[in-house]
Amino acid sequence: MAKILAYIESKENKFKNSAFETVSEAKRLSQALGCDFASLVISNQSEDELKVLGNYGAGEIFHINLDEMNSLKGGNIKYSYSAIAKAVSEFAKQNGFTVILFSGTAFGKAVSPAVSILTDSALVPDITKINVDGGNISVIKPVYAGKAFAEIKVNTPNLVLSLRPNVFKAEKTDSDNATIKKIDITSLNLSADDFTTIVTDVVLSQGKLDVAEADKIVSGGRGMKGPENFYLIEELAAVLGAATGASRAVVDAGWRPHSEQVGQTGKTVSPGLYIACGISGAIQHLAGMSSSKCIVAINKDKDAPIFQVADYGIIGDVFEILPVLTEEFKKVL
Amino acid sequence: MKIAVCVSLVPDSTTKVKIGNSGKSIDENGVTFILNPYDEYAVEAAVQLKEKQGAETYAISFGTDKSKEAIKKAYQMGIEKGILIKSSSEDYDNYTVAKNLSDVLAELKPDLIFFGKQSIDFDGLAIPAMVATMLNMPFVNVVTKLDINVTEISAEREIEGGKEVISTSMPAIIGTQKGINEPRYPNLKSIMASKSKPIEEKAATYSGNKIEIISMALPPAKGKGKILEGGVASAAELVRLLRDEAKII
Repeated sequence: MAKILAYIESKENKFKNSAFETVSEAKRLSQALGCDFASLVISNQSEDELKVLGNYGAGEIFHINLDEMNSLKGGNIKYSYSAIAKAVSEFAKQNGFTVILFSGTAFGKAVSPAVSILTDSALVPDITKINVDGGNISVIKPVYAGKAFAEIKVNTPNLVLSLRPNVFKAEKTDSDNATIKKIDITSLNLSADDFTTIVTDVVLSQGKLDVAEADKIVSGGRGMKGPENFYLIEELAAVLGAATGASRAVVDAGWRPHSEQVGQTGKTVSPGLYIACGISGAIQHLAGMSSSKCIVAINKDKDAPIFQVADYGIIGDVFEILPVLTEEFKKVL
Repeated sequence: MKIAVCVSLVPDSTTKVKIGNSGKSIDENGVTFILNPYDEYAVEAAVQLKEKQGAETYAISFGTDKSKEAIKKAYQMGIEKGILIKSSSEDYDNYTVAKNLSDVLAELKPDLIFFGKQSIDFDGLAIPAMVATMLNMPFVNVVTKLDINVTEISAEREIEGGKEVISTSMPAIIGTQKGINEPRYPNLKSIMASKSKPIEEKAATYSGNKIEIISMALPPAKGKGKILEGGVASAAELVRLLRDEAKII
């Protein structure tokens, strides 16, 4: 009988949408398999803050206090990936969890493979769908930067999965079943020796929404002609509450930072809305954004490959169109 | 110091992917295979350390014979020794790759092991962490900055919206991200020399896959989009469509 554990990530003691997506999917999976599921959170959140997960289907929520955990090591430590992987694995093994879900965030992608080895589990990272047939689980994973999708079957009962953010549905429920269970840190066989990698500082670009997390992205390419014109992208993004993205060409030219690069050697994104401005649509760029739910292209070249994947578009001059488009959005938002 | 770089051979990023006859993998006809782009940063990091403080350097790959091309590219960039762990087929999963690499690395005992953050075929970002955990070594993946002071390591790791600063110490595994360095272009001399440089072959020690690709498919074909041809005059119509038809705003 399978038993599901959803590791629910909090950042700065807050849950991101990907956390709710993971809880909801764990709930759906437990219903499909006819088995139990629990959530595990390692943070400094209060019981009230944790109970929010109940709105998305969480029942039992196990909690490890992060400060208590870090005190096993002491010193300047925000958190330790190695200690967290050990803690999650110990908890899973002690309690017979066989299927462990993580969000496929930077954190989840770092911890889940370590947990898979420590729990002797199969690992499928960055999945976009879970299928259940009888008691068997298969999953879908994008491969070759999303140019193809692999259907993957698992050959062992123990499985670790990381879920691609912004793909699974966070489903709000009316139920009120959330119960918080505090885990005694001494029960997990953790010692200072498990803290082999330590995060001492987290530096975030203030106020800037990351393309990997945004539900709307406005991206600029070489058609923007120079870094001085990207204010047009930024203004549209601001009105939409979107992140700003960039093609590889403009990042390599030094016009935009690498953190904004969307594409095969940049970030793979699947937002609800992707607006590509002055981007021709090279294969590698498309690989990074083609699974966006709605793609809009603005380009003066009617033969630009981007129009092959666009749901909507305007053929025309970005410099004329962007300011007017920004005004039009302002009117309706 | 002993440094190992784990490298893999992948289809070039310009590949227009087609599904092969088995229905489980891509059609390799006409595909150009290259050293995984992220591995170039890993190789460069190793070579720079060799140049700075001296080190014995190894490129290690798990795969069929064609994976030797990845090792040769590492030679061109300045890696001295190479090991191919020979797989009899292309049918291996992440666990099998990690286990084979770990077994060789456990014998070799490098002080530092570099990987590219992910290979652009499977896009797992998992192998560096799996190998590290199998070897009970610390690891940091997606590293954009690396500072080494004797055996102490300070790394910057890219996360959503910013970076983490991480401390660890050798022996350790580092997964490199674009931006950590500028991989060098090999010169003609090193390209010629790499052609005849020997590569040690070892037999695979493990072959039990935990996961299996049962089918592979192209993304669903997209219907034709609504492309407006009125230039600026179409802006209002576009907003209306996004609001009323796509219901995206």
